[in-house]
Amino acid sequence: MEVVSLPVLHRMAVCGGTHGDEMTGVFLVPELERQRREKGDGIWPIALTTVLSNPRAIKECKRYVEKDLNRCFTSALLSSSITDSTPYEIQRAQELNSLLGPKDTEDAIDIICDLHNTTANMGLTVISYSFSNWVCLHLFKYLKEKVTTVPVRLMLLDIPICDAYSLESVSKYGISLEAGPQPQGVVRADIFNFMKEAVNAVMDWIKIFNSGQVIEGGELESYMVEKSIDYPRDPETQRPSAAVHPQLQDQDFCLLKPGDPMFLTFSGETVKYEGEPRHPIFINEAAYYEKGIAFHLAQKKNITIPSIQAKKD
Amino acid sequence: MDRERLLHLRNKEDVVKLPALERVAVCGGTHGNELSGVYLVRERLKKRRKSEVMEPVTVVTVMSNPRAVHRCVRYTETDLNRCFTDAMLSFSVSDQTPFEIIRAQELNSQLGPKGSDQATDLICDLHNTTANMGLCLITYSDCDWICLHICKHLQREMATIPVRYIHYDFPPAEAYSLDSVGKHGFAMEIGPQPHGLIRSNIFTAMQEAVQLMLDWVRLFNSGSEFEGGWVDVYSLVKNIDYPRDPQTHIITAAVHPDLQDRDFCLLHPGDAMFLSFSGESVRYKGKEPLYPFFINESSYYEKGVALFLARRRRVEIPSIQSSRT
Repeated sequence: MEVVSLPVLHRMAVCGGTHGDEMTGVFLVPELERQRREKGDGIWPIALTTVLSNPRAIKECKRYVEKDLNRCFTSALLSSSITDSTPYEIQRAQELNSLLGPKDTEDAIDIICDLHNTTANMGLTVISYSFSNWVCLHLFKYLKEKVTTVPVRLMLLDIPICDAYSLESVSKYGISLEAGPQPQGVVRADIFNFMKEAVNAVMDWIKIFNSGQVIEGGELESYMVEKSIDYPRDPETQRPSAAVHPQLQDQDFCLLKPGDPMFLTFSGETVKYEGEPRHPIFINEAAYYEKGIAFHLAQKKNITIPSIQAKKD
Repeated sequence: MDRERLLHLRNKEDVVKLPALERVAVCGGTHGNELSGVYLVRERLKKRRKSEVMEPVTVVTVMSNPRAVHRCVRYTETDLNRCFTDAMLSFSVSDQTPFEIIRAQELNSQLGPKGSDQATDLICDLHNTTANMGLCLITYSDCDWICLHICKHLQREMATIPVRYIHYDFPPAEAYSLDSVGKHGFAMEIGPQPHGLIRSNIFTAMQEAVQLMLDWVRLFNSGSEFEGGWVDVYSLVKNIDYPRDPQTHIITAAVHPDLQDRDFCLLHPGDAMFLSFSGESVRYKGKEPLYPFFINESSYYEKGVALFLARRRRVEIPSIQSSRT
């Protein structure tokens, strides 16, 4: 197969605290800054910008103060007018777009690696958009080989760039690293360690790529999100009337088949799944209750990626 | 007269007679994001069990902090479950008084007054923790035979989750939590569960435990004798904070992977306790092996607590029977 030639990567950002209560990133970003102070910029193969994305939310240890920052990066919101009543996070998104973008232009930073946690049992999940170039998919392939302490999987969102709403869509090749399970507001050492390992692996890959070596392609397994399922809700109060069934809880990425238990109501009845066989992801994420999501459903898709090689400028 | 002397003087075959528990309260949502209790209280209220009178006990079901529950936060202005000391319950209320202090005084009127004859006989206050603690009954007494017998009953009957008894040695006036308002009371703490979400297995365990507790109360009130025996009691000795940056006060380490999730496993001097973000281990420097619990509870970061440490001892409990018969 033909080797695809891509430009050398010059600039990268590692972002944490996009959600202020997802603590791995909140602590890993300052740790990278400490390494920079102690050992100098030369320790990294690429110019690295470290960002604490939502400082106000971090200070209050909340996901957001007015609006979920990680839904503010659509092209429409990035170009909306700012007034006195504009939520803080929309303004902050536009600042980040100036710093790291502008999105969808030649000046945008090459790579954003945005660090997140989830209460779902998702190990290390690399999240990217289907419009992403081969760089993101190669990064996933490399992470899957190098990070062995937890399962590593690829989740893809089939959304065009202008509608892509999350921070990493500002860069040319952006990925979110989602690590779980970890409660919000908690930092677990084991999760911190594998996230640190993953960020180091991303840097290693960039070094290899930028050196001009051919990076072998291959087949990858991805999970393409199709839709989400909400909790059964009380028609009057709109509150959930059931919890994720014990047999589904923690079974992220396993196959959910028609007839499998999905929810257990608080009065003890089982609600079964009735759709096509699909893979549930983000099962019982605390932050998604208010978004009406009990879990996403994804279809497993094999993707073939070509070998790539950096072309020198 | 202290407990040991009391036991020694009493004939071991004597059954201790205690007043029946005529009024019991089940409270949830004392912390608004600890959802097992919130949903359990909602289910009980939906089934019109706001105040059920089933001879021989009245059970009152209470949503302790409705504002915090509505926003799914631990508290809105100050931690409600620290507002029940004698001093705070008699605090003069003004426009500036935090909501939770006012609410604590309302709950004290409804379920207390604390320390009086009118107080609810037994308060069971439902909580969740991010720590791997199974089910714990947390009380201020290591010789409250009612609480200890309920613990023994749960330990015998609950197969899916370990049940333990934790004792905080505070005098009644300084006891700060809602359960201290009743003549007898405990926090029923179940974990691990992240705040803001509900795990089905944890909800089911809590539901089972509350039902077992109420069944025990009815049996006790109807005159059954409960045979004595012993219960392992974990008595709080001290807490340990995270290592922090001396200037910013921000934590510089996480609980060590060797300690994470090992609540109630003995921690020895020299054992790893924290792992700094730059990779160094911090070891336990105490002289005495102690039992850790509430390891990595998310809401305790702001209180300066990474874990608690306890001594464990076996407490002998007498046979008891309600004094109605």
